[in-house]
Amino acid sequence: MPLASRHLLGLEGMSKNDIQLILDTATSFREVLERPIKKVPTLQGKTIVNLFFESSTRTRTSFELAERRLSADVVNFSAESSSVRKGETLKDTARNIEMMKIDMVVMRHAAAGAAHFLSNVIGANIINAGDGAHEHPTQALLDMYTIREKFGKLEGLNVCIIGDIAHSRVALSNIYGLKTMGVTVSVCGPKTLIPKEIERLGVDVFYRVEDAIKVVDVLNVLRIQLERQNRPYFPSLREYRQYFGITRERLDKAERPITILHPGPVNRDVELSADVADSEHSLILQQVLNGVAVRMAVLYLLGTGK
Amino acid sequence: MRILLKNARVIDPSYGKDSIVDLLIVDGVIEKLGSNISAPKDIETYDLTSNIVAPGFIDMHVHLREPGFEYKETIESGCLAAAAGGFTAVGCMPNTNPPIDDAGIVRSIIERSKNVIGGIVDVYPIAAVTKGREGKELAPMMELAEAGAVGFTDDGAPVEHAEMMRRALEYASMMNKPVIQHAEEVSLTRGGVMNEGFVSTTLGMPPMPPVAEDLIVARDIHLVEYTKAQYHVAHISTAGAVELVRAAKFRGLPVTCEVTPHHFVLTDEAVRSFDTNTKMNPPLRSNDDVDAMKEGLRDGTIDVIATDHAPHSFDDKEVEFAYAPFGIVGLETAVGLAMTELVETKILSIINLIEKFSVNPRKILHLPAIRIEKGEKANLTILDPSLDWTVDTRQFKSKSKNSPFDGRRLRGKAVGIINNGVAYFSK
Amino acid sequence: MVIKSRVIDASGFERTLTRLAHEILERNKGAETIALVGIRTRGEYLAKRLAAKLQEIEKKELRVGFLDITLYRDDLRDNPSQPILKGTDIAFDVTDKNIILIDDVLYTGRTVRAALDELVDLGRPASIQLAVLVDRGHRELPIKADFVGKNIPTSIGEEVRVLITEVDGEDAVIVVERGAN
Repeated sequence: MPLASRHLLGLEGMSKNDIQLILDTATSFREVLERPIKKVPTLQGKTIVNLFFESSTRTRTSFELAERRLSADVVNFSAESSSVRKGETLKDTARNIEMMKIDMVVMRHAAAGAAHFLSNVIGANIINAGDGAHEHPTQALLDMYTIREKFGKLEGLNVCIIGDIAHSRVALSNIYGLKTMGVTVSVCGPKTLIPKEIERLGVDVFYRVEDAIKVVDVLNVLRIQLERQNRPYFPSLREYRQYFGITRERLDKAERPITILHPGPVNRDVELSADVADSEHSLILQQVLNGVAVRMAVLYLLGTGK
Repeated sequence: MRILLKNARVIDPSYGKDSIVDLLIVDGVIEKLGSNISAPKDIETYDLTSNIVAPGFIDMHVHLREPGFEYKETIESGCLAAAAGGFTAVGCMPNTNPPIDDAGIVRSIIERSKNVIGGIVDVYPIAAVTKGREGKELAPMMELAEAGAVGFTDDGAPVEHAEMMRRALEYASMMNKPVIQHAEEVSLTRGGVMNEGFVSTTLGMPPMPPVAEDLIVARDIHLVEYTKAQYHVAHISTAGAVELVRAAKFRGLPVTCEVTPHHFVLTDEAVRSFDTNTKMNPPLRSNDDVDAMKEGLRDGTIDVIATDHAPHSFDDKEVEFAYAPFGIVGLETAVGLAMTELVETKILSIINLIEKFSVNPRKILHLPAIRIEKGEKANLTILDPSLDWTVDTRQFKSKSKNSPFDGRRLRGKAVGIINNGVAYFSK
Repeated sequence: MVIKSRVIDASGFERTLTRLAHEILERNKGAETIALVGIRTRGEYLAKRLAAKLQEIEKKELRVGFLDITLYRDDLRDNPSQPILKGTDIAFDVTDKNIILIDDVLYTGRTVRAALDELVDLGRPASIQLAVLVDRGHRELPIKADFVGKNIPTSIGEEVRVLITEVDGEDAVIVVERGAN
């Protein structure tokens, strides 16, 4: 059975079967990535545009690599949202791109819902590579893949997402995906960065890292956007690190080893101390590798079949 | 002009009239009112069996967009939309370009409206509180009032600073004009695009907390208590603000408020569609807030239904949600929505509805009262309470079609108006 | 399912595999340099069976791997049903090996073409030889098997099905009408 939707806009509402299918398919692509020739002809003749209205070297590179390893033709279109806003609208940009006979669009955009909007105005398959603080489905899928690879399962695990939950598309997509897969999910961070009524998504809320550490198998540590300091969310990076930073000392208080994930790039010694980031419990580099495989899986599942 | 309306249910809350009669209107004046008026020769006769004739409705919160944004709406298209929606009058908002902060603009708007279907829709400009709506200096309010402004507001934006609000209230009260507030504490809503709550959390949208509205209403009510000046809350949308107005009224303060149809019909759940026609300011609120709107309408805390008719072109709205302008059109759906959601559901009687669309807003703006009696000027809205119809934005007379209600089934419609010696029927 | 004929039964199946094993050893002068690669799904089980036979004869561990050729198919764009990936699993380096590629039925040759492309992406084998249980004819590509269990002349309207205990509960080769379930 193919995926229920011809787009990947988000994980909200995606079925357990579909998530399972993507993760299982990604396993095949992990094997491809180990080959001497890390390329398969699967998407030959397909043209994919990476439409990045927000700069994100990592995500774009990961998608581009995934696309090229599937033998797709790749076009990169980067523009800061603000400059596009002044002139051409997203609709115009998208329509122009469509006239160039594009099969799939991977889009990163600063506005929540932008990927939904795009899927309404053009016919290509749309993959959301992050829309504002809404969703970033491939990141959550690769996080889940990485956790599953380590533990051999997802169901029954306990994952806490820590950091700026209110402005994080990674957090939301992870919550949607992990909940569907039967994981116990919590969020942790200063109250100013926990969005209203998030408990209604079925997650626990911790304001103290120490409380979260007592119960979790995995900590998914989010990047603190340094520009958030311009608004009164927390007093200083120093205080953030002191109370919410993940350090060896804090982790040592846990009864069992805690696996560390981070969507990158890490602000070393802000949200995550360097020794934890580089420790044997950190899967941060594994996430990068799995990211390519998971994106290949998504591209394969959306780009083939009718 | 000679018109005979037969078998109409005439309701005039001003003197408790509610009976089925015939009306003969000659040259804009009600010449006869009674049963079985026989039709003189070559007179236009309308059988209004099962229809209601009410004092003319006014929408006291309309953005006509002219001058400055004629691609969204003009005085002409806005007045046509008002007529089609059953309104014989509109109050138009000052966030034009240039804004209505100059007597010449007030006069020109009134003048221009007189050319639309023989001036059937009275346009009452509501002028800016501050010059350029910038919140820095008072606009020339006495001059504006003399030119015809019926109230003052910086709508589109709040009068942010407390001292400016205090002085505006004091100054406007000399002319016996209300100050109308767009209640929003902007430091709390900066960057926001929708109501803060569970839905904004699940959509990752920058939120606008309801407390931002409550705060300004609370502050302003304290200023009203201090100045004793007349104050009106535009497009009230939170349970908290309704409660504050209720308490202020209980204390006898000259505080009134209006609600838009979308704030008593839709909740922020509608935003899940990412339809930019669900983006407005104040934003669509929670279910509890919608319940509070209905209760406020029922118990009289909310005096007026007004639309906040905010036309935007298709291209303006066909963008990412975050970049879309706030606002929707409302003139041509308001009466239908109110009849369907309030009268059909028995939250309001038809008499209450007429009060909120006609009697109360006219009182707030100190406009001459309408009386449906022999010898009075005919200023009438005709309602068909049992007409089932479907909203079709393509049929709108407004230049803009930005409505979240396209395709909605409604029961009850305004089917015609008579004013200034002209009749307009949309049925 | 209407079975038109049962071409090979369980004991014939076993004998055919034994013969194939001997032919493979004969041609390659023993099992020293060879490795078996089965094309998923049924080629995988045939490869395992053949490996067992070869080990029995040669008393030696044999390298066995499995190939999922889905990513190399030439009909992915038009195929309405999306194949589920089962993954390629070849734990050894194919370079310089004599690869015995194993599939159940040789028909158009398109599967073998995909398998050849995938194998050369994995390394540079010394040779690739093709072993199939059934050759039913109707080639669309210039491909020929090195080892054939049985040639079964068929019409286009027919379908040859290899049943194998691990998947189907019995060993047999049957001919059915196309489109039958």
